[in-house]
Amino acid sequence: MHFDAFDRYHDKESFLHRLDPRVKVLVTVIFIVSNALLPDGAWFAFGFAWLFLLLCNLLSKLGYAYSLKRSIIALPFALIAITVLFSIPGKPLSSFHFLGITFTITDAGLLRFVSILIRSWLSVQMAILLVAVTRFPDLIHALEHLRVPAILTTIIAFLYRYLFVLTDEVFRLLRARESRSGAVTGSKRRLERVERSGRGVLWRAKIAGNMAGQLFLRSYERSDRIYNAMLARGYAGRLYTLNPHEMKSVDYYATAFAIAVIFLMQWIGRF
Amino acid sequence: MPVTHVTNQFAAPECGGDVLVVNDLRFSYPDGHSALNGVSLKLCEGDKVALVGPNGAGKSTLMLHLNGILNGQGDVEIAGMRLSRENLPVIRALVGLVFQNPDDQLFSPTVFEDVAFGPLHMGLPEAEVRSRVDAALEAVRMSAYRDRLSHHLSVGEKKRIAIATVLSMQPSLLVLDEPSAGLDPRARRTLINLLRDLPITMLVSTHDMKLVQELFPRTVVMDEGRVVADGLTSEILEDEPLLNAHGLEKP
Amino acid sequence: MFYSPAPLHIPDGFLSLLVSLVCWVVTALTLGAAISRTNKSLGERQIPLMGVMAAFIFAAQMINFPVAGGTSGHLLGGALAAIVLGPWAGMLVMTAVIAVQALLFQDGGLLVMGANILNMGLVTAAIGYGLFRSVSGSSKTVKLGVAGVAAWLSVMAGALLTSLQLWLSGTSQLGIVIPAMLGVHALIGLGEALITVSALAFILQTRPDLLGEGSESAKAGKGWILAGGLISLFVVFLSPFASADPDGLERVAENLGFIGAGQSAPFEIIPDYTLPFLGETALSTIVAGAIGIAVVAVISLLVGRGMKARS
Repeated sequence: MHFDAFDRYHDKESFLHRLDPRVKVLVTVIFIVSNALLPDGAWFAFGFAWLFLLLCNLLSKLGYAYSLKRSIIALPFALIAITVLFSIPGKPLSSFHFLGITFTITDAGLLRFVSILIRSWLSVQMAILLVAVTRFPDLIHALEHLRVPAILTTIIAFLYRYLFVLTDEVFRLLRARESRSGAVTGSKRRLERVERSGRGVLWRAKIAGNMAGQLFLRSYERSDRIYNAMLARGYAGRLYTLNPHEMKSVDYYATAFAIAVIFLMQWIGRF
Repeated sequence: MPVTHVTNQFAAPECGGDVLVVNDLRFSYPDGHSALNGVSLKLCEGDKVALVGPNGAGKSTLMLHLNGILNGQGDVEIAGMRLSRENLPVIRALVGLVFQNPDDQLFSPTVFEDVAFGPLHMGLPEAEVRSRVDAALEAVRMSAYRDRLSHHLSVGEKKRIAIATVLSMQPSLLVLDEPSAGLDPRARRTLINLLRDLPITMLVSTHDMKLVQELFPRTVVMDEGRVVADGLTSEILEDEPLLNAHGLEKP
Repeated sequence: MFYSPAPLHIPDGFLSLLVSLVCWVVTALTLGAAISRTNKSLGERQIPLMGVMAAFIFAAQMINFPVAGGTSGHLLGGALAAIVLGPWAGMLVMTAVIAVQALLFQDGGLLVMGANILNMGLVTAAIGYGLFRSVSGSSKTVKLGVAGVAAWLSVMAGALLTSLQLWLSGTSQLGIVIPAMLGVHALIGLGEALITVSALAFILQTRPDLLGEGSESAKAGKGWILAGGLISLFVVFLSPFASADPDGLERVAENLGFIGAGQSAPFEIIPDYTLPFLGETALSTIVAGAIGIAVVAVISLLVGRGMKARS
């Protein structure tokens, strides 16, 4: 498998790409907190937040609809909020029957449902943009600077590095399983049926479990070899990293600007 | 399978200063399997030595002893210093050990961070670390890859970066485990040229007998935890009974 | 096929700010304890081990097996990670996995990451490890059986907590979200249990030393048995109660003052809170003014820094 399936970073020369990763992480978090703070039905503020997103998209040179196109990822979860349509008391808008129960959508319910969706949709777009314009190792540096404990950022760095190596191993294991999911010559079983055949669900789960066990042992042994490679280069229990980033004037101005915009957004949402 | 042990059948070349002296090294793994049964070896300044022998001969175990990752009985001396717990950090900077699988060697997200790992852990100041990283990448002709992500590299590129990760520590001795394994012909050729041009003492474990013939004036043959032959590559490769006895093939 | 979001990863926007923050506080405190414990007991070998294990859990979540009707079972891994690495290390590993899923794949939000870590990383580890540890002296069959139950319960606990958080945030109705989430996850939990058990069986067979005496897995204190047991009891008793009588749970929560607090955003909380000697309007004016001054101060500080910094 090729690494592109995982990498969300898009290499471009843009204002947002050049910004210090700390600024990008901070602004993203403040933006998401701000969305959570906006009251239900704050349409102007939501619109303003979306304009800010649009500006960020443009500044990233990825196209104004970049984050929009990738934002459907949060949609399936909307199902979980659907009950508020019927559960919040308010003026009935429409009702329908399903499985012998009458569901009535209220105006207050609709307002809340749409507000939840918009908040989620705005937030996920900013997060999408963040990883599109920031290389993941730089994101890890930003977390280090923002005082996330070193042990966590180190685990995350290892996870990122070996994510690709281990998922490759998983796909090799899965491919080996697939290539052995055959049927006797002359059998008319289709592939989907073959893959679901064998001796029932328990047996298939056991195969999957064995794969996980095997992957665990390989990973365990790999971590031994990595440890040796670290020892050989002077590791003695403490990790040292260089700080490759320096805040420039433009980084401070950009943060100030973003905070001002987000504050304005809150103000619009309130009054 | 009976193996005839031929020790120091060939005359070792004369030597100025010893970079590496191994004397009667013995080691058993915790499960009781004895991997080294009295290995002795000397490397001179500027030597490029091939270490050959079948799988399980003890080559990798020997390499792990050269900078104290494993500790067996017997002596290991690097540049005149006897390896001990106290001088372990110094020894680890002097012996650049490159492991077989570059995915184990390159454990940082970016090339820069990996090449900087050694110098940083030697406690060098930031400016020195940066200049060493640049020099090491220059030496393996990978300067353009400084800010690349490790998982974006091809196997051949990974191997070269792996060598850079120890060159940045400016070692006196380079120890490589199977450098040419898994490389396509072009990447292998690049690597051979690189190893030839590196002005540094090296001990290279390999199954690639063509590589041995082309690159290393001296060859050490190991089997069953012992050095069974040590001498001029040209002579060892002509000794077919020796090669056959230890599962090696003439290139 | 490469990456399918799991239903337990809550995206941003679905939890209220207050619920998100409370979950972050609980998660941060637990992680703080985990970090100080692992730092104390940490062999230097543990760092690369935890790093690669995080990648292992991430990759193992992609191993799936067809169940029925186009659905497939797969692993969440919290219980498994805690059983093989010990509870504190397991929690850190799961935290890294959830953080990367949120940061790199937007699977799960950032503000709600505290809740996601709590649901999928901390509670699962406590249950998985606690129950497994309670049978450390028993036969292999008992161990595996208990591991299976623990894995199933860990998923149920995660689902229960997620439902409660959604309900307290005013995002879902209790009477629907609890039976729906628990029902779905009773099935998902079976997949989790099956994979966890067969993975452990494989490890016990090939490398029993990794789970036996003196391993990381056997080191942690017996307090975990209590912790895991209590959380399990909580799940076992609360789930049927909540499913059968959501109104009852709602009343309890209302009496305890949970519901009102969770559903309203903090901007509503502050004006509600009137000091006896201050009128409501006066207080909100003061609060609004204070926030305004703070924001302006932050902005001027940043601009000042910007003028000093290298451009």
